[in-house]
Amino acid sequence: MPILEGEGVTKHFGGLAAVSRVDFGVGQGEVVGLIGPNGAGKTTLFNLISGALVPKAGSIRFNGENITGLKPHKICRMGVARTFQSVKVFANMPAFENVLLGSLFGCSTGTSSAAATREATDLLEFMGLSAVSAIPAKDLTLGNQKRLEVARALATKPELLLLDELMAGLNHTEVAEAMELVTRIREQGITVFMIEHVMKAIMSVCDRIMVLHHGEKLAEGTPEEIAASKTVIEVYLGE
Amino acid sequence: MNTTRVDLRKVWVPGLLLIILVLLAALPVRRPGYTVILVGSILVYIVLTVSWVIFSGPTGYISLAPAAFFGVGMYASAVLGMALPLPVVICIGGLASSCLALAVGALTLRLRGIYFAIFTFGLVELIKHLLLWYEINMTGTRGRFVVLVDNNTIYYVMLAILVMTLLAAYLIRRSRYGLALQSIGQDEEAAVHAGINVTALKIVTFGISAVFVGAAGAIWATQLTYIDPYIAFNPLNSFMPVLMAIFGGVGQLYGPILGAAVLAYSREVLITEFPYYYMLLFGIMLVVAILYLPHGLVGLMQKLWLRVSGGQHANT
Amino acid sequence: MVTFLNVVIAGLLLGGLYALIAMGLSLQYGVARVLNISHGEFIMLGGLTTWTLYTAFDINPLVSLVIVGPTTFILGFIIHRTLFKRLLSSSTSPGIFESSSMLASFGLLFMIQNIASIAWGPEIRGYSYLAVPVHLAGAVFSANRLVTLGFATVIGLAFYLFVARTRLGKAIRAAAQDPATAGLMGVNINNVLALCFGFGAAMAGIAGMLISMCYPVHVVMGLEYTIIAIIVVVLGGLGSIPGSFIGGFVLGIIGSVVTYIDPGLSLVAYYLIFILLLLVRPTGIMGK
Repeated sequence: MPILEGEGVTKHFGGLAAVSRVDFGVGQGEVVGLIGPNGAGKTTLFNLISGALVPKAGSIRFNGENITGLKPHKICRMGVARTFQSVKVFANMPAFENVLLGSLFGCSTGTSSAAATREATDLLEFMGLSAVSAIPAKDLTLGNQKRLEVARALATKPELLLLDELMAGLNHTEVAEAMELVTRIREQGITVFMIEHVMKAIMSVCDRIMVLHHGEKLAEGTPEEIAASKTVIEVYLGE
Repeated sequence: MNTTRVDLRKVWVPGLLLIILVLLAALPVRRPGYTVILVGSILVYIVLTVSWVIFSGPTGYISLAPAAFFGVGMYASAVLGMALPLPVVICIGGLASSCLALAVGALTLRLRGIYFAIFTFGLVELIKHLLLWYEINMTGTRGRFVVLVDNNTIYYVMLAILVMTLLAAYLIRRSRYGLALQSIGQDEEAAVHAGINVTALKIVTFGISAVFVGAAGAIWATQLTYIDPYIAFNPLNSFMPVLMAIFGGVGQLYGPILGAAVLAYSREVLITEFPYYYMLLFGIMLVVAILYLPHGLVGLMQKLWLRVSGGQHANT
Repeated sequence: MVTFLNVVIAGLLLGGLYALIAMGLSLQYGVARVLNISHGEFIMLGGLTTWTLYTAFDINPLVSLVIVGPTTFILGFIIHRTLFKRLLSSSTSPGIFESSSMLASFGLLFMIQNIASIAWGPEIRGYSYLAVPVHLAGAVFSANRLVTLGFATVIGLAFYLFVARTRLGKAIRAAAQDPATAGLMGVNINNVLALCFGFGAAMAGIAGMLISMCYPVHVVMGLEYTIIAIIVVVLGGLGSIPGSFIGGFVLGIIGSVVTYIDPGLSLVAYYLIFILLLLVRPTGIMGK
């Protein structure tokens, strides 16, 4: 059974269909990539899954449960965590508290303060951020802010992690580190659904790739199939 | 360095607070009369300011509703003062304000930034004019008399409310919800996706903060003997807490206390010493504080402290 | 039918004033990002200055336009160049500037009101000018209110054309859309913002002059007009100048209808509309 399923998911902005009748499925333990030109509706789809937006039509199921239209904090507590395209950290709070908030609030079972502190400390170490844990998030480098976002997302103990352009704006070394990070996250048994523009990364990290174009699903398949697909190449190079 | 400062605070702050509290409690015995009334009015402003900071400090939502909560408390006192004992009246004042806050919060906390400020400001005016209309057309009177209570009782009740306000502010601040409120102020969208029930948290906190304002209004009304909608729902009661909090600095809990104490005292002094210029002087203080003290008095003190202690560190 | 017309015309007459006041505030908020709570104080200054000029120097209120307008403009310009410009450069984000500038404008309110009360005292001032009856569609109105409507409409339209057609108007629109980019494109952003703040203040001053012809004026009259201006600006959509213009007339007519039913309820109605509007459609009737 897929961990995340969408059926005919549709969202309009004004008269414009941002996401139109998209079906999707992400299997347990998979890493699935979501690609497409700018404005294709990728982030909108993430917003629909995470509850930031409510779809106009269609349904989204997580672990077989219907999560369509649920409030974002509920969806988060059920086990769907996300990061943002433009980094959203709690700027004036130390890195440690950024992560701590995720541990304290992101879990449906509730966490004691001591356990949350321990988890946050461990996660900062896992992400290589221990040295900067007392520094306000706004003073971190972009790369570290992105890791911090991932750490906060992981602190909510997700089963599914939505990564929105984790690698945008990072240099070569950082991209390599981020790719390794995705692999390590997957090794923890967390399913990953990621929007990415860095093709090299997405081709090597993902099991499957889905292509959106003008809000519609254009293609879906293994990285090799996508790389060879004529329609996909046309969309990317033809315009 | 950080740890020694925290340790020092653990000893000093409760000790200092206790001494201040004892001094305040002893005041009516040592210096009865005008001083009690003066200090009592400063205590009111500290209650208003600290309750404002409970919600608006961390979240950054500028609420101009305190005057509404304060006024509801006052009217509760005027309407029920004859019929019920004082503690009950004060509780009802606090609860009524809190209910209003919960309703307003549920309706409006999705408004962001300047809209929320304008809305809460409009709320005060709406209640004021509705009440005026009601009094003129339905009861045929304007205003009400309030049952008198002696000054020392007012003072001690106010002190008790202040202690409870500070306790609530402190407990919320150091709890996980304090952290969550702060995250709302930093990035609400990220907060919601970190699993925080942002809406409920905002509404409940707003409701809690209004309790103390309403209670303070209920006891404060007894000192005025007569209230009408203009007195009870005076928008200045909304602006003062904002101003005092910013003047003191909202980063720390003692900032608003300091700001409220200093400004409320200077207001009293200005009114008596320069009755014709006090608004002008007050306006200048406000503008200067906004321009030159971005982190308030506390920020200024910390800067000075850093300069002094920074010099010492350079030597070692 | 006659009463209906009466009410509507009275609403238009009131609406013209509201539109003018709101356009001034809209300019200050929409471009300079200052929700100027002291807006009404400029109205008060305009009104009381006109009163002094008329009663002490026998200067025709309509002539005092050339004194009141430029004076309030310069005052607004200077206030922006000194206070708000400084505040803008020290604010780390637009949101912080919006709240701190709003609070600073409260300080201005206190200062201006206090200075005015030293100059004019607490008395309610009024004079009679053009208070001759005019018959209009079976209803009777005094001439000064018609003059008020005329002036408000002309100033509103003139300003709209100015913003729509001239080079400076383009700069203003650019600054309203995106101050940072406008600055890059060679618009002297500080000057444009100060100009807008000045224009806003001048509109308030002129509105004060017009108000003094029809209603009594006094030192503490300002806040009520500020609140009405805020309501109209929200009604028309924050920052939309045509929205404020239309919103002014809409609120004027609503006010006139409610006043006809029960005069005590007009302010209640304004706030109710305002609050409902914020809840249902915070972007206003002309907002996106």
